[in-house]
Amino acid sequence: MAYAFDFSSVLEYREALLAGTVKTLGLTAVGAVCGLAIGIFGAVSRAWRLAPFDRIFTAYVELIRNTPFLVQLFFIFFGLPSLGVQINEWQAAILAMVVNLGAYSTEIIRAGIEATPRGQIEAAQSLAMSRAQLFRHVVLPPALLKVWPSLCSQVVIVMLGSSVCSQIAAEELTFAANFIQSRNFRAFETYFIVTGIYFLLAIAVRQAMIQAGQRLIARRAR
Amino acid sequence: MALVRINGLHKHFGSNHVLKGIDLEIEEGQVIALIGRSGSGKSTLLRTINGLETFEQGEIQVDGEHLHPHETDLRALRQKVGMIFQQFNLFPHLSVGQNVMLATTVVKKIGNKEAEDIARTMLLKVGLYEKFDAYPDQLSGGQQQRVAIARALAMQPRVLLCDEITSALDPELVNEVLAVVKTLAAEGMTLIMVTHEMRFAREVGDKLVFMHHGRIHEAGDPQTLFSNPQTPELAGFIGSIN
Repeated sequence: MAYAFDFSSVLEYREALLAGTVKTLGLTAVGAVCGLAIGIFGAVSRAWRLAPFDRIFTAYVELIRNTPFLVQLFFIFFGLPSLGVQINEWQAAILAMVVNLGAYSTEIIRAGIEATPRGQIEAAQSLAMSRAQLFRHVVLPPALLKVWPSLCSQVVIVMLGSSVCSQIAAEELTFAANFIQSRNFRAFETYFIVTGIYFLLAIAVRQAMIQAGQRLIARRAR
Repeated sequence: MALVRINGLHKHFGSNHVLKGIDLEIEEGQVIALIGRSGSGKSTLLRTINGLETFEQGEIQVDGEHLHPHETDLRALRQKVGMIFQQFNLFPHLSVGQNVMLATTVVKKIGNKEAEDIARTMLLKVGLYEKFDAYPDQLSGGQQQRVAIARALAMQPRVLLCDEITSALDPELVNEVLAVVKTLAAEGMTLIMVTHEMRFAREVGDKLVFMHHGRIHEAGDPQTLFSNPQTPELAGFIGSIN
């Protein structure tokens, strides 16, 4: 049985593919920045038991880590309007990704913070640094550096997970694929190409983040 | 008036009573050597002086700053008390220069240019001027400890606490660190040192404090105490290390 591949019928829709790719990257970028910010705050709250945030973040992390991303997305997209919060598909998608990544990165960054040697903190304290100062300058940079590879992986996982946002009609890459194959009836070729795009995106995003990490956190010219 | 004054200090770790009423006065410019067996409370005493350990009873006063039981806001006091640790504790992600500059820029809010001048002066003093741009893991233990001294000095403390600062060093690196400490002592820096370097304590110390079971068991002039200990405990201790 020979299957005749016909990629030209997919490439006709390259503008839709490009637009979807850009949207997926955009979702990932916003999700990563906001998610990591939440993660840093959540991590220090839990690691240093900052009441009441430590308990709030514990509950939040458990809730997010023990439920599926698709359900979280539906909960936000269909749930919030019932509470009178008007929200479109993009806002829901971004919110879901930020909330999801925030929980996972809280746990990842917490591990880095807890690995800080006690002596580092005592040295900073004996230099009269406040808790905020010593966190910002002494604890956080090495902590992020230690867990940066895990954080990069988590961002890639969330980027790939963003494909489920097609389910609420956010027109990202998977939505584009669904749209194209419903028009050209070439599902195999369409998903073949979209799979390739996701694969390359994942590698590119991970590499870009590792580079950025070296630049921003390490700042060591070697 | 004494620069450091400690009155009736008591400290417990759980049910373990580690400091049982310490009274100690230290004059400006004095070099105090705290000696004693491990578990005698000497390190704990040192760490209470800049608030790394809290205490339950008594009072500590450093240059007019009072430290009370259970107190945790110690930033004013800590600006007057520098500390050097056994394990150096340099910040590994910062260069030598940044290590020395960090607290002056962040805590004292001194501008970058001036902070760099201070850092270079202090590194010159410890003989590491040329290591300004190196990173801690490129330095030997002795060099790291000298950077730690420069980092503490950059805050211009009134008192410097030294917690077994040569114990983690290879024997051939001990002297370069002690030489720096000796210079500081000669310049009139007030030093409180927990140390196992008895020869150094005898040579540089103005006062020897022997701790035993959470109390100051014997204190006085190092020469006198070493050659003529008054208590069997100190005599035993001196005997055990020679």
